[in-house]
Amino acid sequence: MKQQFRRGMLHGVPIMLGYLSVSFGFGILAIQKNLSILAAVGISVTNLTSAGQVAGVGVIAAGGSLLEMILCQLVINLRYSLMSLSLSQRLDSSFTLPHRLIAGFGVTDEIFAVASVQPEPITPPYLYGLILTPFIGWAGGTLLGAAAGNIMPAHVTAALSLMLYGMFIAIILPPAKKSGRVLLAVALSAGLSVLCRVLLPSLSSGFAVILSAVAASLITAAIFPAPERGEGSP
Amino acid sequence: MSLVVYIAVMAVTTYLIRVIPFAAVRGRIRSRFINSVLYYIPYAVLSAMTFPAVFYATGDVVTSSVGTAAALIMAFFDLPLIVVALSSSAAAFIAGCLIGIIG
Repeated sequence: MKQQFRRGMLHGVPIMLGYLSVSFGFGILAIQKNLSILAAVGISVTNLTSAGQVAGVGVIAAGGSLLEMILCQLVINLRYSLMSLSLSQRLDSSFTLPHRLIAGFGVTDEIFAVASVQPEPITPPYLYGLILTPFIGWAGGTLLGAAAGNIMPAHVTAALSLMLYGMFIAIILPPAKKSGRVLLAVALSAGLSVLCRVLLPSLSSGFAVILSAVAASLITAAIFPAPERGEGSP
Repeated sequence: MSLVVYIAVMAVTTYLIRVIPFAAVRGRIRSRFINSVLYYIPYAVLSAMTFPAVFYATGDVVTSSVGTAAALIMAFFDLPLIVVALSSSAAAFIAGCLIGIIG
């Protein structure tokens, strides 16, 4: 139990470090949009999502309607539904409804990515640990960013913004190198995403991600059915 | 409109998006095809989020591309996540400094 929680926390450390820099940027942004430090941190601890929060602060600053806020979050964050659905298939039988209602809050891109490549079924203590360290990083980074304002030189924050993408690449490249099927899914998805950007520049990035990922996964699944569980690790 | 209302609406929407599939899908999905799609989704989502966004991440295509190349090389050799992430940032930072010196 305790060991699983600790293992989850440890796996969350790289995510925490990445979140620190991103949420630092969010903190700065929130202050620029005339929100208080309390409001900035309040948004981060209740939402735990980067793109959605940035867009949400935009809606608040523009005095938009609540319907606009809901639609905006729905479009940008709909990918989480896909991730939750995928993750629901990896949960251990000890994952009862109350645990799901709590842990569901913490499904982010990075937490999902790390959790879904674990070879064994996901237990509640593991997932709680994996959510806790990034959550602290997210809240802490927002607080620091909002409190410090813009003290870091711009070229340092710009370079730090690559961290999360570097982490994504580190997650997808090694399995793609070993498995042609995964490589196909990854390459198709990247290609479609680039096409969306070039051909449909007005499409929101959230929608582009959903479209590309679903299409790439459908095509790959039609050509290569995935291995049964236990038959080679994901 | 009160700020608290905005934040609450934002938080509840985001929470429901995440928790509904998580809580509602209790059993194992038996369809081989759906399982295959769900197997590829994590990789496909991360890939679509990374490309092409990674090339604009620093606000400059050249330094972003240098950082991306560093990440690809490090990841190819199976280095830990944090090493890949930090070297990607470091490469972009150094590239930015070099461009500053030359330009």
